[in-house]
Amino acid sequence: MKHIKTVNQANLSATAKKGGCGKCQASCQSACKTSCTVGNQKCANEENK
Amino acid sequence: MIHKFRARGKNILLDVNSGGVHVIDDLTYDLLDVAEPPFAGECPPEAQERLSDQYGLEEIRECYSELRQLYEDGVLYSEDVYGEFADTAVMSPIKAMCLHIAHDCNLRCKYCFASTGDFGKGRKLMPFETGKAAIDFLLEKSVGRENLEVDFFGGEPLMNFDVVKQIVAYARSKEKEWGKHFSFTITTNGMLLDDENIAYINQEMKNVVLSIDGRREVNDRMRARVDGSGCYDKIVPNFQKLVEQRGDKEYYVRGTYTKYNLDFSQDVMHLYELGFDEISVEPVIEDPDREYALTEEDLDEIEKEYDRLVDRISQVKEQGKHINFFHFMIDLDQGPCVVKRLRGCGSGNEYVSITPDGDIYPCHQFVGHDEYRMGNLEEGTFREDIKKEFAGCHVYSKSSCRDCWAKFYCSGGCNANNYIYNGDIHKPYELSCKIQRKRLECAILLKVSEMLEEIEG
Repeated sequence: MKHIKTVNQANLSATAKKGGCGKCQASCQSACKTSCTVGNQKCANEENK
Repeated sequence: MIHKFRARGKNILLDVNSGGVHVIDDLTYDLLDVAEPPFAGECPPEAQERLSDQYGLEEIRECYSELRQLYEDGVLYSEDVYGEFADTAVMSPIKAMCLHIAHDCNLRCKYCFASTGDFGKGRKLMPFETGKAAIDFLLEKSVGRENLEVDFFGGEPLMNFDVVKQIVAYARSKEKEWGKHFSFTITTNGMLLDDENIAYINQEMKNVVLSIDGRREVNDRMRARVDGSGCYDKIVPNFQKLVEQRGDKEYYVRGTYTKYNLDFSQDVMHLYELGFDEISVEPVIEDPDREYALTEEDLDEIEKEYDRLVDRISQVKEQGKHINFFHFMIDLDQGPCVVKRLRGCGSGNEYVSITPDGDIYPCHQFVGHDEYRMGNLEEGTFREDIKKEFAGCHVYSKSSCRDCWAKFYCSGGCNANNYIYNGDIHKPYELSCKIQRKRLECAILLKVSEMLEEIEG
């Protein structure tokens, strides 16, 4: 495309299918303790990689 | 829903529901203001007319067809299909715990949400028996979860370090029998670090959070000893030693910025210059009446400061050096699943805090708020109704989140902030939201710049 450059084709809805396994870190245990940021966490499920 | 923004000479377009990110030219940026889905047929004459003084008709039509293509591919204005997952939000096993190993502290930080360590409930250390009961509680409540997390928090955890070690040993002794793996983390102000506990922390703790605000004068103004003197000179060498010996293991130096240091990008860079490259500096959570609390009138300056921080971090990276700022971390491809994004940190549902008395709270920031006391380990009580309330707390239960482009990144914000500022875990605190959105734009911008470099070489 000439006007639009797609950087990533993430599809969040696809993550719903195998999502919710609970293997990932609880968000507040990482560094913040006062502010919730979930988007910066990693998926810890090897099957999803 | 889409979100677009301009920063550092780039136009960035986020498709909210898919998480897709695009870099667009000025024409596309402007066309999105005057054209709407479903982008059917030819570009509407009124849209062409509104842009015709800036762009040629041929390129407007061409751009429109590109938008239509993305829309038809389902990657632009993609559908929100997540409501059904929210509707089935159920209680989860508890997998993470914050142990308030010491409700006491050897510092008197002015902004401490723990009332300088005791959470307003008197200075106490957690006995081993309570820690042991907490581990047993976690083992029992974590059915179906293998990875368990325990964070040693305070007050200052090193004031009760023997009990930390006893609890770690006890938890490890139970791993095989229960088929679990514990990850331990600790947050410390650094005052009591010595060779022995540094070695122990570096061996046992998966992550360590080291509290320091940045420049000496900034740190010492807020992070004072009991006699009022600052702690900077004591903690910096201790933290440097710990990090130097830590190898590749995770750590963060973690600071707080207030109205006193709205130029906090200088504190981030100061920490970097001290040799720390994993850095988190976050806005203070404080009663708006306090002199150093952040208020709406600071927002403009805060936003500009995050822009300056992007510039400073970019300069470091351009030199091929490593620096990681916690709130600018984002993985546009392999981030958390949408189920996680809907509910956020999991406080009160899959994450709880335990006080030295064995009281159970949804998280460390709820401690002392009696209406959210979930139970007590010794009494054997646990209020499932509170757990259920938190399980049902997600971006779709928070009306102000529904139309926010950032909802899948912040997951409805910090429930404790919401409660403390607005008296309701479902009502996000708008100032925090605005700061969060700015940080996310910065994070997306930095990531996009990195990805473009990879693509373009």
